Amino acid sequence: MNWTAVKSIYVFEMARFFRTITQSFISPVLSTSLYFVVFGAAIGSRIQEVEGISYAAFIVPGLIMLSVITQSISNASFGIYFPKFIGTIFELLSAPVNFLEIVMGYVGAAATKALFIGVIILATAFLFVDLHIQHPFAMIGFLVLTCISFSLMGFIIGIWAGNFEQLQLVPLLIITPLIFLGGSFYSISMLPPVWQVISHFNPVVYLISGFRWSFFGTADVSIGISLFAIAGFTALCLSVIWWIFKTGWRIRQ
Amino acid sequence: MPPIVDITDLRKSYAGGFEALKGVSLQIEEGEILALLGPNGAGKTTLISTVCGITTATAGTVRVGGHDTVTDFRAARAMIGLVPQEINLEPFEKVISTVNFSRGLFGKPANPALIEKILRQLSLWDKRDSQIRALSGGMKRRVLIAKALSHEPRVLFLDEPTAGVDVELRRDMWEIVAELKRDGVTIILTTHYIEEAEAIADRIGVIAGGEILLVEDKTKLMARMGKKELEVQLSEPLAEIPASLVMGALRLSDDGTALIYSYDTRGERTGITKLLSDVAAAGLVLRDVVTRQSSLEDIFVDLVHEGDTP
Repeated sequence: MNWTAVKSIYVFEMARFFRTITQSFISPVLSTSLYFVVFGAAIGSRIQEVEGISYAAFIVPGLIMLSVITQSISNASFGIYFPKFIGTIFELLSAPVNFLEIVMGYVGAAATKALFIGVIILATAFLFVDLHIQHPFAMIGFLVLTCISFSLMGFIIGIWAGNFEQLQLVPLLIITPLIFLGGSFYSISMLPPVWQVISHFNPVVYLISGFRWSFFGTADVSIGISLFAIAGFTALCLSVIWWIFKTGWRIRQ
Repeated sequence: MPPIVDITDLRKSYAGGFEALKGVSLQIEEGEILALLGPNGAGKTTLISTVCGITTATAGTVRVGGHDTVTDFRAARAMIGLVPQEINLEPFEKVISTVNFSRGLFGKPANPALIEKILRQLSLWDKRDSQIRALSGGMKRRVLIAKALSHEPRVLFLDEPTAGVDVELRRDMWEIVAELKRDGVTIILTTHYIEEAEAIADRIGVIAGGEILLVEDKTKLMARMGKKELEVQLSEPLAEIPASLVMGALRLSDDGTALIYSYDTRGERTGITKLLSDVAAAGLVLRDVVTRQSSLEDIFVDLVHEGDTP
């Protein structure tokens, strides 16, 4: 393993994040606060409780997931698309590094940024609602796994994208609907039976459900299935990336 | 000693069927400077990209320092530095961090003293904390060179390093290349500028249409170029060279209106004075006198032109 290379990529990518640290901070804090005002206070006052939890508290795990998933994808896809776009990828391709080292550097940095934002949102949430995290270690585990798996997915999108529109396309058309329909703001059990069945094909449901379990001890699907789903998703993304570097698809002519 | 870069029957075809490299074989000796000359689209960049791992070969092998660039890519690539033709740099990065990044990417531990030396050598030290976007085009090119040198390559590829740079930077570049050569670095550079090949290369290769047309020692090529021709144009055409003028180096033009004399510019005596006095003695009236030198450019154009017509 060329650990020096992994570290170099990681540090280089993190530097980009720290250059725009103010934006990185303010944007998630602001949007989370807005969600709490709209969903927690305005709408939540009419909903009262979901599964014995105050609505404002109930949406916290979903809100964190919403930001973490979006951030993971956008960070990782931009992180690898940008060198492709400006041409600096030549250096990566001519360096003595393999796909795993490149992925660890880029995805590691993207996941770190997303994790950082997830933690900020959690901290912001404590300002608005009274939260008790029942399984803190499971919570951290789910959060980290989500950051990694969706950063892997973002990395794939970044390699696939041929222009900036495509870079926005997948997050906009696929990921955002999946997150919103994944039970971020409601329990799956609140849906009509048909939609409950359909929801089970949405991988994000398992993530949010598992993550919510780590907060409140209640879940839409069992925790084992949640873990299995996220592990499977991570493995799938990794194999796709392995294939990309093996064939040179979209990166090496 | 085995060649440090050993390219055997390298082929590259693209999906559309275009053949960029048609079986290139090239051996480069350690410590030499090889200049690859060729027109646009000749395959120069494709050749370099394939050796460096940016494009994958359709067939053929490349070994660098004895390491296959596909099966043993780590060892091979660790030896190679590449200065690309395009200025590919992150605009918001600082000079120093992008150079340090390159060193790290190649798995080398941080070495601030070496980086300082490289940046000073390239007159970049004062700009080390500037963002790349604030630099001029020439400065950006220096940054690219600094990045390539940061990981101490044994083989350095310079893809048109002086395209569109000013005279000063070109001279600096040549100096840096000379210094690297003293350190034993093997250098392969592509260029459009024949004077550049003349100035710094040990050997010159000509590539066109994806094929190497010629690889020859520069001094041998220069010997060919050393020949000069003097054309003595006459006011009246001749049927044949007058007997008093007959000698090996002199011939009559096809239409008989000019005497053409070949000579070596580097010789002690060119024989021009004698020729001209003999011409006058033979009673010939001169219309004009023209001299021509066959340059590397002529040889190059001839070769490339031959390559065009199969």
